[in-house]
Amino acid sequence: MRKSRKPAASLFPPQSRNMINLKIGVLCSLIRKDEKLLFESLRGRGLSFDKIDDRTLTLWLNGKPFPGYDCILERCLNHSRALHTLKVLNSQGIPTVNNYAVAWVCGDKLLTTNALVRNNVPTPRVAIAYTPESALEAIEELGYPVVMKPAVGSWGRLIARVNDSASAEALLEHKQVLGSYHHSVYYIQEYIEKPGRDIRSFVIGDKVVAAIYRTSRHWITNTARGAVTSSCPVTEEIETLSLQAARAVGGGIVAVDILEGPTGLLVNEVNYTMEFKNSVHVTGVPIHDTIVDYFLQVARGEIDWKPKQTGVGAP
Amino acid sequence: MQTSCPSCDAEINFEKDMEPGEIIECPECGLELEIISMDPPKVQEAPEEEEDWGE
Repeated sequence: MRKSRKPAASLFPPQSRNMINLKIGVLCSLIRKDEKLLFESLRGRGLSFDKIDDRTLTLWLNGKPFPGYDCILERCLNHSRALHTLKVLNSQGIPTVNNYAVAWVCGDKLLTTNALVRNNVPTPRVAIAYTPESALEAIEELGYPVVMKPAVGSWGRLIARVNDSASAEALLEHKQVLGSYHHSVYYIQEYIEKPGRDIRSFVIGDKVVAAIYRTSRHWITNTARGAVTSSCPVTEEIETLSLQAARAVGGGIVAVDILEGPTGLLVNEVNYTMEFKNSVHVTGVPIHDTIVDYFLQVARGEIDWKPKQTGVGAP
Repeated sequence: MQTSCPSCDAEINFEKDMEPGEIIECPECGLELEIISMDPPKVQEAPEEEEDWGE
């Protein structure tokens, strides 16, 4: 029997030591409900912070170091801006949540799947190919249907379920002719029949603080595509799998997408700038507060922010 | 404090807890707007979604 647990409201009790003197920032651009909740959590503790708008940034790689910070919380919309900014900040010794290595692995589905596989985390079978011909061979070997995704992308955009060879050929031709360069790296994933929903768990450090079901009549169950959220009990199985996945990509704060397949749970993707606004109410867990708790622990030097060895060649 | 929608000219009322960078929706035409200044109140059409936006 799976055990269900509801986490306590505050899993990382803040300490008052040096809190007011912390130099902290939030790297962002547009402010969504998620960022507003984080800002409220910071301000509610009497903390001041810098909003660092990535649209106004100039990063100098030599000669002009970035101002010193105890920690910067990354909340960019653009993966490319997050990735490069984190690299520069971390290279200059500035702690960030998450760190560059986690963004690097999670921002590319190929790297994420590779990290999961190398760390023995159950995940659907995936093939990578570079030409329509080799992609078609891989699709035939996996067997229809398959799912094709851009290696870099989010919110369920440009994801296609390929049901037969005719649609495979058409899709590959469209990608080849109309796609930008990274659409020529074909990420082909085994299709997993799921019960009209998937699971998203929220991992903060070494704790799974909450989980939700994302339910939709559509086979794509992203909330950005209209899926409805409801609370999901954090069973021992979900907890164990989520922590394994988080460790595989380097830890930190991540959202783990889990499929309930016919043979058990499988990790589909791991997100490093997770959205949670639709999950706070349904789970009753103040996810924004637990993020800020963790962030402040890193800022105070109580948690090591540096990339961990995951066995997948973190940069 | 209020300003107007750059698309349909509808009145946009600013709440106290809003802040620059925040995305709001025009109550009349539904256009997504970015707050660029609280004082004076200013909005502009929110940027188009880009290919690498996400989580």
